[in-house]
Amino acid sequence: MSHSPCEISLTVNGEQKTVCAYPMERLLDVLRQLGLTGAKEGCGEGECGSCAVLLNGDLVTSCLVPVAQARNANIVTIEGLAKNEELHALQKAFLDCGGAQCGICTPGIIMAACHLLNSKPQPTMEDIKESLAGNLCRCTGYAQICEAVAQAALRFPLLATTAGNGAPDRNRA
Amino acid sequence: MKTESIIGAAVPRKEGLDKVTGRAQYVDDIVLPGMIYGATVRSTIARGKIRKITFGDGVPWHEFVIVTAKDIPGTNCVSLITDDQPCLADDTVNHPEEPILLLAHPNRHSLPKVVDAVTIEYDPLPAVFTLEDSERAAEIIWGQDNIFKRFLVEKGDVDSIWEKADYIVEGEYRTGAQEQLYIENNGMIASFDKERGITVWGSLQCPYYVHKALMKLCNLPKERVRVVQTETGGAFGGKEDYPSIIAGHAALLAIKSGKPVKIVYDRMEDMVATTKRHPSRTRHRTAVSRDGKILGGDIEFVVDGGAYATLSSVVLSRGTIHAAGPYYWPNIRIRASAVATNAPPHGAFRGFGAPQSLFAMERHMDRIAAIVGISPVEIRRRNFLKTGKTTATEQTIHEPIDLDKLLDRALELSDYRAKKQRFRKENEGSTYKKGIGIASFLHGAGFTGSGERYLASVVGVEGCADGRVRVLVSSTEFGQGTKTVLCQIAAETLGLAYDDVEIAQADTGEVPNSGPTVASRTVMIVGKLVRSAAQGIQQTLISSGYLSQGYSREEFRKACANYVAEHGTFKSWSQYEPPAGIFWDDEKYRGEAYAAYTWAVYIAEVTVDLTSYSVTIDDFVALQEIGKVLHPVLARGQIIGGVAQGIGFALFEKVAWRNGRMQNGQMTNYIMPTSADLPPIRVYFEELGNEHGAFGAKGIGELPIDGPAPAVVNAIEDALGVRFDSIPLLPEDIFEALAVRPQSEGQARTRQEVS
Ligand code: FES
Ligand code: FES
Repeated sequence: MSHSPCEISLTVNGEQKTVCAYPMERLLDVLRQLGLTGAKEGCGEGECGSCAVLLNGDLVTSCLVPVAQARNANIVTIEGLAKNEELHALQKAFLDCGGAQCGICTPGIIMAACHLLNSKPQPTMEDIKESLAGNLCRCTGYAQICEAVAQAALRFPLLATTAGNGAPDRNRA
Repeated sequence: MKTESIIGAAVPRKEGLDKVTGRAQYVDDIVLPGMIYGATVRSTIARGKIRKITFGDGVPWHEFVIVTAKDIPGTNCVSLITDDQPCLADDTVNHPEEPILLLAHPNRHSLPKVVDAVTIEYDPLPAVFTLEDSERAAEIIWGQDNIFKRFLVEKGDVDSIWEKADYIVEGEYRTGAQEQLYIENNGMIASFDKERGITVWGSLQCPYYVHKALMKLCNLPKERVRVVQTETGGAFGGKEDYPSIIAGHAALLAIKSGKPVKIVYDRMEDMVATTKRHPSRTRHRTAVSRDGKILGGDIEFVVDGGAYATLSSVVLSRGTIHAAGPYYWPNIRIRASAVATNAPPHGAFRGFGAPQSLFAMERHMDRIAAIVGISPVEIRRRNFLKTGKTTATEQTIHEPIDLDKLLDRALELSDYRAKKQRFRKENEGSTYKKGIGIASFLHGAGFTGSGERYLASVVGVEGCADGRVRVLVSSTEFGQGTKTVLCQIAAETLGLAYDDVEIAQADTGEVPNSGPTVASRTVMIVGKLVRSAAQGIQQTLISSGYLSQGYSREEFRKACANYVAEHGTFKSWSQYEPPAGIFWDDEKYRGEAYAAYTWAVYIAEVTVDLTSYSVTIDDFVALQEIGKVLHPVLARGQIIGGVAQGIGFALFEKVAWRNGRMQNGQMTNYIMPTSADLPPIRVYFEELGNEHGAFGAKGIGELPIDGPAPAVVNAIEDALGVRFDSIPLLPEDIFEALAVRPQSEGQARTRQEVS
């Protein structure tokens, strides 16, 4: 393991970035230092999912990913979902359904939901519950979160699932 | 005036957009120029004298700001109710993880190692870890007798009832500590300036609690302390008193270093060092007639407060009053005490003592039913409080509540009777045992007794230059929807659109003290004050000729803008005044404990798998009377979230203690429910209004955590025929009860005397 900082390039929300970081630095910290503070640290050990982002289309807990592992990767964070102020379908549904209470889990949960809809545009309630089981929310009891995901899927059944940057292109509401 | 109602409409959450886009700024998202990071060195033992502090080799200590109790400019205490808790332990420690010394450095990541490089040697003193040891008082660790507070409630003549009883039913019930487990850990930023004094920004519920604590700690006048709430990622009571400590620590480091200082706990530190729900023990002895009427009873309620007094007296107070449940007791005596142990202080957690004593009451009702030989439904029905009857504190219920109807509706919604029969049949010979359980309960809205009178909350509404209005309150948003509903109330009062109303950030530099955001008091007490402050704005505009009755929204905005242009700042204030006829005797603990109560019947349906001993909740009906639903989506969200926490309290969340320290301070080993663990939670409301609340609302934040634990455990007893009187109830406990205890014991009428 290298102990000196090095340059690492990665694409974040469609933008090319080069950061100077220790290879073992957590992707979460690097993203937050870039000003992308949407991903949160709830536990720092992969349990709560509040730091979740998409890495090459996979859902990862960024508190467990060394930034070296993100070299040349495509990262999508909550900040990358809305396109030019036009909210992503999931974001709209979370607003409508009461999916965000205190909001601290929301960025991670929306990313997890995004990952689900990418691979399964028409999930069942069971699929939704299961795919969000890695994200803890202490406020909502999950029901309104799951309803929001279902509503987003229902409203936009036919949209393409994956855009170039790994984010599902479901935001043309 | 516009006609459609904003009250009762699902308007968008004020801060919702920021939350779903990741733009909301929580404390750890904020970076100030030149900011450094703080960390806390804590005690490793439960009780003892600090003998020596050693700063280990190999650390460039000159780079670190170091603060000890000696650096405190004011009084070394966390000012709250009883000033017994030091902000930094000086010569004695009274619990594990007690803060002793603070460090700060520009490199956040250097801190954990450096904290470990400080060694503290102690002369240990004997410590107390259980309720029973504390009561025995062989070792005195607090005051004269280890008791923070006692209450005695007495109604009628309890001593005379025992001989009239057909049955005397006894039971002992216990509840464990519960971690609030908000997903955002505690955190605070402080900055100091000689002129302006200290400013803190952070995750908190009660800006004026922190304000008061900082004045005393830093020895500053009130105008030189400013407390600003940042977006708060969950609280549930866990950010009621503890933020005063972290704010104090950050302030001390900021004063000493001259730089802004941020302290954010990691999950382990937050779990092991900060407050939890008070563990409790409740003993019931109840005299019952042959037909299942309660003649009277004796209730003893004890909570473990941990090492310092903090909020224990008020938690105890609420738990004491709720201990009698929603039932009529002709005679009752409730003896309650909060005792000290050498654990970190227990604190506020949604429900505030009520979930503990109501768990006992509702389990005990099922026990009484079994002994009398009537159903859990019937025992409740025969003892419900009714309008015109008095509570344990002799408060006459004036609300038009009909608990029978509430119960009937819940039974119907859950298909209780049919299921009960069906399960009995199907359970025979099956390794899956199904059961169904009821809890009926109440929750008092607002502060207990004279609490609101002492608080004397103030609320403001400001007319702005653009004609819109702003609500000025210290009530905080941490997910419940405070901002949204208070704006709805102001908009509805003024006949404006929801978007015409904004709410100020909870910043003591700008908003008045409208009291803490606790005790389900926000919509009822603060909401009503918002309404009258808004009426003040309206009256001023009308009486000074800027506006006439029957105005349109546009006319209001124009009038308001004109008023501000001509007169400058335009604010209207409203202060709480106790409603006429509210009487409370603090000495005797008698009178109107709460201005209003919410009422509920919850029904849980469970399956116990006899191969894994795990419990699945298959259905959950939550029916409640809450006065008025101000916002259907938020109200439902509050109920479901509270039920989920209540299910965690019953079946999942166990704090493993060793020598006063939590051993499982991680999300991997302290387990809260996930989306896969919860049943569909079906929420229903009844709305009977409330003259004390804005638009008839009562508080709902806490109610939903009172009922799930007893409903679920009652259902488990129904499924297995075995009694469980202690929570959390984990699969290993069920295994032990079934495999180790003789099957019959659950049914045995061991401590019951039948006359
Ligand atoms: S912070 Fe990464 S999973 Fe909790
Ligand atoms: S909304 Fe608060 S933790 Fe999920």
